[in-house]
Amino acid sequence: MDVMPKWAEVVLVPLISLLLAAVISALVILAIGEDPIAAASLMVEGAVGSVRGWGYTLYYATNFIFTGLAVAVAFHARLFNIGGEGQAMLGGLGVALALLYVPWPHWTIGLIAATGMAAAFGALWALIPAYLQAKRGSHIVITTIMFNFIASALLIWMLNEFLKPVGSQDPASARFATHLDLPTLNGWLASMGIKASKDDSVNVTFLVALACAVGVWVLMWKTRLGYEIRAFGHSESAAKYAGINPVKITVVAMLISGGLAGLMGINTVMGEAERLVLNSTEGAGFIGIAVALMGRSHPLGVVIAAILFGFLYQGGAELALWTSIPRELIVVIQALVILFTGALDNMVRMPLERMFLASKRRREAAKPERKPVEPAE
Amino acid sequence: MDYLTLIQLLDSTVRLATPLLLACLAGLFSERAGIFDIGLEGKMLAAAFFSAAVAALSGNVWVGLLAGIGASMVLSAVHGLASITFRGNQLISGVAINFLAAGMTVLIAQDWFRQGGRTPSLSGGARFDSITLPGADAIADTPFIGPLYAELISGHSILVYMALAAVPLTWWLLFRTRFGLRLRAVGENPAAVDTAGVSVVALRYAAVAICGLLCGIAGAYLSTALQAGFVKDMSAGRGFIALAALIFSKWRPWHALYACLLFGLFGALETRPDVIEAVTTLKVNSALLGALPYVMTVIILAGFIGKAIPPRAGGEPYVKER
Repeated sequence: MDVMPKWAEVVLVPLISLLLAAVISALVILAIGEDPIAAASLMVEGAVGSVRGWGYTLYYATNFIFTGLAVAVAFHARLFNIGGEGQAMLGGLGVALALLYVPWPHWTIGLIAATGMAAAFGALWALIPAYLQAKRGSHIVITTIMFNFIASALLIWMLNEFLKPVGSQDPASARFATHLDLPTLNGWLASMGIKASKDDSVNVTFLVALACAVGVWVLMWKTRLGYEIRAFGHSESAAKYAGINPVKITVVAMLISGGLAGLMGINTVMGEAERLVLNSTEGAGFIGIAVALMGRSHPLGVVIAAILFGFLYQGGAELALWTSIPRELIVVIQALVILFTGALDNMVRMPLERMFLASKRRREAAKPERKPVEPAE
Repeated sequence: MDYLTLIQLLDSTVRLATPLLLACLAGLFSERAGIFDIGLEGKMLAAAFFSAAVAALSGNVWVGLLAGIGASMVLSAVHGLASITFRGNQLISGVAINFLAAGMTVLIAQDWFRQGGRTPSLSGGARFDSITLPGADAIADTPFIGPLYAELISGHSILVYMALAAVPLTWWLLFRTRFGLRLRAVGENPAAVDTAGVSVVALRYAAVAICGLLCGIAGAYLSTALQAGFVKDMSAGRGFIALAALIFSKWRPWHALYACLLFGLFGALETRPDVIEAVTTLKVNSALLGALPYVMTVIILAGFIGKAIPPRAGGEPYVKER
């Protein structure tokens, strides 16, 4: 695929896809009788126009960095991990178990324990589908979908039977000890003397997410394991010939993927809710798919796409608050991004490739010494 | 558990199995032709909304059904465009369709009806009523046969009987006609079909269109027969249970019927915990019972109880020039 220059591959194709998604989103807003430009400016205002807006934009972005990296790592091994949602739920469960039953002396130690448990639980939830794919050939997409539903049932059951405080009707765990609350951007700004809102939005987990992005970059492009994962993704038969064990790569890539998705639990459960509630994942596992596609499975791209989706999420919430446009607009935009950057990728790519090919031919035709002999008709 | 409770339980089994069966047969056509479809859920949801909305506006449920089928087939066309014409990733396309339906239905419902993403409740001619089969009232009091006929066999909406009729029809179409043979061949070895001079693209589009048709009926059943009106996310994972049933049945029509009835029974039991307790003397958590179809599918996929082998060319876009 050397038809297109690298910049076109990395920047132009996703940009055109995004533009198509944006145009159709605007048409949708027009169709329901609202003004797309007014809606867009309201979203910008709500998402990045205030400290509170930024707080939530980055809070959501934190979730999407984790789930986006999770999908991206699996993509590199040509595995489609659609189970980020379930893995994140289990990660949240791990966080809750770590924080409810052990009296950690300080939030830093609590955070380390929660990180370990979240990653372990998420990875564990990805292990069975990975093993079944590698050893028994069961399709990982189907098994991970099934595991999402099983995770949701498991969580309802755990909350109702074990974690719910005695006498409570609400299916949620008890609140964690207050000294385990994670430091938030708002708290930090307040201590600096800047007036900020009091809600628990973006917290120290954002830095953990950025560290994970760097970690994934190092892993994928600077280590032997990352090379093996990418080689396996490009060609399974070539990887096998080079002595790469497909079972090992499938399982390891999925464990890393599941662990990353599970880490989202620190942000939602320890950082924001400060207890385990039902549906704390709010579909972030699925947004990870859009984020990874848009970010071309590169950690830098994932971080940028995650912040964009954080902006959309927070902006969409504001939009629902002030206009009659429901929050589901974000789901539509998300769907369009997945459709154009993922499924209809070739629709954008094919005409572009033809264009670049034509211009390349013209340039070559301009050089007389390179001109091939015209075949006789 | 007495006889009447059993009849009631089986009755709701049939009701809950119907949308699963229609969606499962829809997936069967698509996947037998080599097009994976995890967008069954989204197509059902879109059809559920449009059939309820148009039925509410027109007052005629048949017009609603057509609108539902139309909406579902539009999404099918998108899936076909992405996975057949542009040779994109069929799974990613399915995911996009699910989200598109989840978002658009609420957005349009809010715009049209302003009732928080639902349609007005349907009544009268805007809903599929249950049909009383001839003689059901006459023999209702006969012991044993009476309740069986009057409660279980009679008294469903026309869509239930259509779904049941679709099973032999699907079997006949796939295994006894030329079209069916070609459709199955295109899912196993598209190059061979192409060599024989039959269009792979046309066959696959036909399969995807049939899939849209059946998903449309399934969605319409949800909002105009099973319930009276559309509510947000009302498909509630049924498209994925249908997918599970499809794997469970190993892509065969009659087995799809049995799998859907089994999963329908789980659904019926979920709403009757008292029955489970009475029979098994165990307190079974309804959430865990709801997860049973998924667990069973994973076990089947793992190949511990007979191996589920999908059509060989499933998920692969067909490229003519090699």
